[in-house]
Amino acid sequence: MKSRALLLVLGFLAFPAAAIDTGLAFEDPELQARYEDITGQVRCLQCQNESLRSSNAFLAADLRREIRRMLEEGMTDAEIYDFLVERYGEFVLYSPKMSGKTLVLWIAPGILLLFGGGLLFNILRRRAALPIDDDESAAEV
Amino acid sequence: MNSRVVPIVLLAAFAVLIGVFAKGLNPDRNKNELPSAYLERQAPAFDLPSLTRPGERVSTDDFAGEMVLVNVWATWCEGCRLEHPYLMELAATGEIPIYGINWRDNREQALVWLDRFGDPYVDSAFDADARVGIDWGVYAAPETFLVDGNRVVLKKHLGPMSPAVWEEKFLPVIEANGGAE
Repeated sequence: MKSRALLLVLGFLAFPAAAIDTGLAFEDPELQARYEDITGQVRCLQCQNESLRSSNAFLAADLRREIRRMLEEGMTDAEIYDFLVERYGEFVLYSPKMSGKTLVLWIAPGILLLFGGGLLFNILRRRAALPIDDDESAAEV
Repeated sequence: MNSRVVPIVLLAAFAVLIGVFAKGLNPDRNKNELPSAYLERQAPAFDLPSLTRPGERVSTDDFAGEMVLVNVWATWCEGCRLEHPYLMELAATGEIPIYGINWRDNREQALVWLDRFGDPYVDSAFDADARVGIDWGVYAAPETFLVDGNRVVLKKHLGPMSPAVWEEKFLPVIEANGGAE
């Protein structure tokens, strides 16, 4: 019984590993690694929550073909990302580059964290300053 | 001072959040639609075989200097079938020339389609392997681009064209840019 449950759990764990784009695009392991890296970093716009690597939409297949061609032509990763952003906009990248347009995405979490942290600190400090024992006359106020 | 400022800041943040949600949850919004990366920029030139005239080419030079619609279509695309009667209507008014990009399609089937449903296009460029589609940032069909005489994209619409889309999305931009012709 236990082993069957374990098998089930293992089966679910294995599922994400089933990639659409199987088979090697390149014989050279270094190019293959770059290819896998890039296709994992780019969003397929036809099915917006999948990367090019995990999508079987035809747009993803077309873009994988273009990326393979660019790698064969010896383009750098940065040049390939630029090619895609030029045509599809910053949204194709899962981690957008730091620039004027995307700056707010990068700094907003930090600012919000500082603000919330400050607020929490303030509240805690004020509470700490309150007397510990409840005073009946104070409660009536 | 702090006890006054904090609630105001929180209230303001809340109001902003409500605004963001109201926009995001608007049922009229097509959440798959992204603005073209070429909005207000020049789209790439292309030079492709003509779909309808064997041996001839269709290139961006054909519409240099005029404001046109560039409609990305295919026979396998449902939305294209939906918008087709309206494209015929629009072409008949002569308001604006429509060029087609026949995207990832089969030539014979595309010709049958035009024969059966009518051909609203000045001509269609035959983009079988989607090279030009990728250059133009096309990710779903139908897509319709409004480009000015310098090939600058003024508007892009994802999904079927309709009288409402034309009047609300395209006409104001066309008028703001001096009108077609």
